[in-house]
Amino acid sequence: MDQFTINLLFVGSSFALYIGIAIWARAGSTSEFYAAGRGVHPVTNGMATAADWMSAASFISMAGLIAFTGYDNSSFLMGWTGGYVLLALLLAPYLRKFGKFTVSEFIGDRFYSQTARIVAVICLIVASTTYVIGQMTGVGVAFGRFLEVDNTTGLLIGACVVFAYAVFGGMKGVTYTQVAQYVVLITAYTIPAIFISLQLTGNPIPGLGLFGDDVASGVPLLTKLDQVVTELGFNSYTAHHSNTLNMVLFTLSLMIGTAGLPHVIMRFFTVPKVSDARWSAGWALVFIALLYLTAPAVGAMARLNITEMMWPNGGINGGAVSVEAIADDPKYDWMDTWQKTGLLDWEDKNGDGKIQYYNDKNAEMQTLAEEKGWKGNELTKFNRDILVLANPEIANLPSWVIGLVAAGGLAAALSTAAGLLLAISSAVSHDLIKGAYNPKISEKGELLSARIAMAVAIVVATYLGLNPPGFAAQTVALAFGLAAASIFPALMMGIFSTRINNIGAVSGMLAGLVVTLVYIFLHKGWFFIPGTNSFTDADPLLGPIKSTSFGAIGAAVNFLVAYVVTGMTKETPQAIKDLVESVRVPRGAGVAQDH
Amino acid sequence: MSENSSNNGYWSANMRIISISLVIWALVSFGFGILLRPLLSGIAVGGTDLGFWFAQQGSILVFLAIIFFYAFRMNKVDREHGVDEE
Repeated sequence: MDQFTINLLFVGSSFALYIGIAIWARAGSTSEFYAAGRGVHPVTNGMATAADWMSAASFISMAGLIAFTGYDNSSFLMGWTGGYVLLALLLAPYLRKFGKFTVSEFIGDRFYSQTARIVAVICLIVASTTYVIGQMTGVGVAFGRFLEVDNTTGLLIGACVVFAYAVFGGMKGVTYTQVAQYVVLITAYTIPAIFISLQLTGNPIPGLGLFGDDVASGVPLLTKLDQVVTELGFNSYTAHHSNTLNMVLFTLSLMIGTAGLPHVIMRFFTVPKVSDARWSAGWALVFIALLYLTAPAVGAMARLNITEMMWPNGGINGGAVSVEAIADDPKYDWMDTWQKTGLLDWEDKNGDGKIQYYNDKNAEMQTLAEEKGWKGNELTKFNRDILVLANPEIANLPSWVIGLVAAGGLAAALSTAAGLLLAISSAVSHDLIKGAYNPKISEKGELLSARIAMAVAIVVATYLGLNPPGFAAQTVALAFGLAAASIFPALMMGIFSTRINNIGAVSGMLAGLVVTLVYIFLHKGWFFIPGTNSFTDADPLLGPIKSTSFGAIGAAVNFLVAYVVTGMTKETPQAIKDLVESVRVPRGAGVAQDH
Repeated sequence: MSENSSNNGYWSANMRIISISLVIWALVSFGFGILLRPLLSGIAVGGTDLGFWFAQQGSILVFLAIIFFYAFRMNKVDREHGVDEE
């Protein structure tokens, strides 16, 4: 059986499984559509949250970004796990106690204002749509590879599949489907990592192998990796090269963004009790940590494998890989298959029959290149997002592992895209249309408008996904910045302060959202349209602060504006203060009420 | 941010546990993982230093411990103050 058939088999059977479960547990009523009837055990819920959470950004993109940057991209690891601490301590138990279906309902009730609710919905839609763009980028890479078509075709096919998949059922179908998806994606992520860790370090646990010794040379793996990459003029892997302030702000943005993302918070509405909401966050992080503890090992080991593959005769002095070897040697087949997607490319610029891979921006390397007659780096394109999917092929693993990884990558992208589309559609149909515009809408009409909202969101995301503002994980990081600047502060103030009033919260959210959005658009182009940006992240507007790190500042603006405006306006009514008091204690948490 | 308007020991006990947890949360990630890394550079861990380990492994493990500690502790505090769900 050839690789294509094997991939098709793995992807096809995993899809059949998800769709089967979705049909078996199809959403009946509106309340089931949104919150799965609240009968979900914390461990099950944790697993589903993990699948929902770990998207194309975590699965497909993150290890690649770490691989090519090293320590400096540790922010992704700390940021996307540290947010769960905030979620568990500051939000989840109280929002469950509050007992409504959506995040914006809480904001609307707590800040006793329809405007607050609508502003929250707008914030959710902006952050979620940006997030879906990142997912579509990942979907494009995965479908492109596995159907062996170019990236754009892959993206369009992927969009149709995501749409068909997301309209199928609501949260209930999605909850059990996502448990299945979690199992598929974590298996697909860890199995190749274990194989590779064994090959390189002899340790079956990748997180330990990362700090173990490289079997071939006997020196620690990370020391070896530092040697290999600095020899080619790249930054060392383990040292800190980036700006410290930016790294702190970026990590913080990802953390508070995690705690402000609607599709994750919604998950905590679906557990039976307040105490379960606390445990649920812990279980979610257990399942997430399995991937996040593995990812840095995947990145480091892949970087080592790729570099040694390009310089197969013992580093830079042994000579580069030849063009014939890439064409004929089965070890290099992955390069030919990935070239078809347009995401990997090489060119023998100096015509010596070899492909020299090095950092041609490094002055020392330029001198060396002059001596050796090299005309620049000849591995001309290596899209970071392909690393995880290409990893098993690079390490020469059996073909069933490659098929498994293709299925896992799609599971990751699909599960999150579906969860986000659900959050967007419920925001539009439940909060905007039913909550604000037409309270008398029938259940049928509400479900229909939910599905129309989904369709619109996916069309927009696909269109923008064709020219994404960055690699999948970077685009997703922007979505986190937006959630961090708008939703998280409002939720936190709503629970931990009885003082902040309606006008304060609305001004805070709007200020946070607008400054962050403008900062992002200034660097990534207005509405992410390429070429309309005035600044770049290489040379940002405010000192070292990149657009991906601005969410933390936006959040600070939100808190500050809310605080100042509250001081100038009318006090919060007693009834609302009582509501806050009641949210703070678990006793009396009943079944959720609809409006 | 808390005005301590909940005039019971329950909320202040909760705030105390949250504060301790968040100090540890910040210490292992922003502290050991980023800002204090230079101070930890003398402690070698498998080809690099302790700060790198905290940034890529240790902080995640500590986060897990914090959340389970908080859930365990708070569920107990709920009962002690008689505000648990019957």
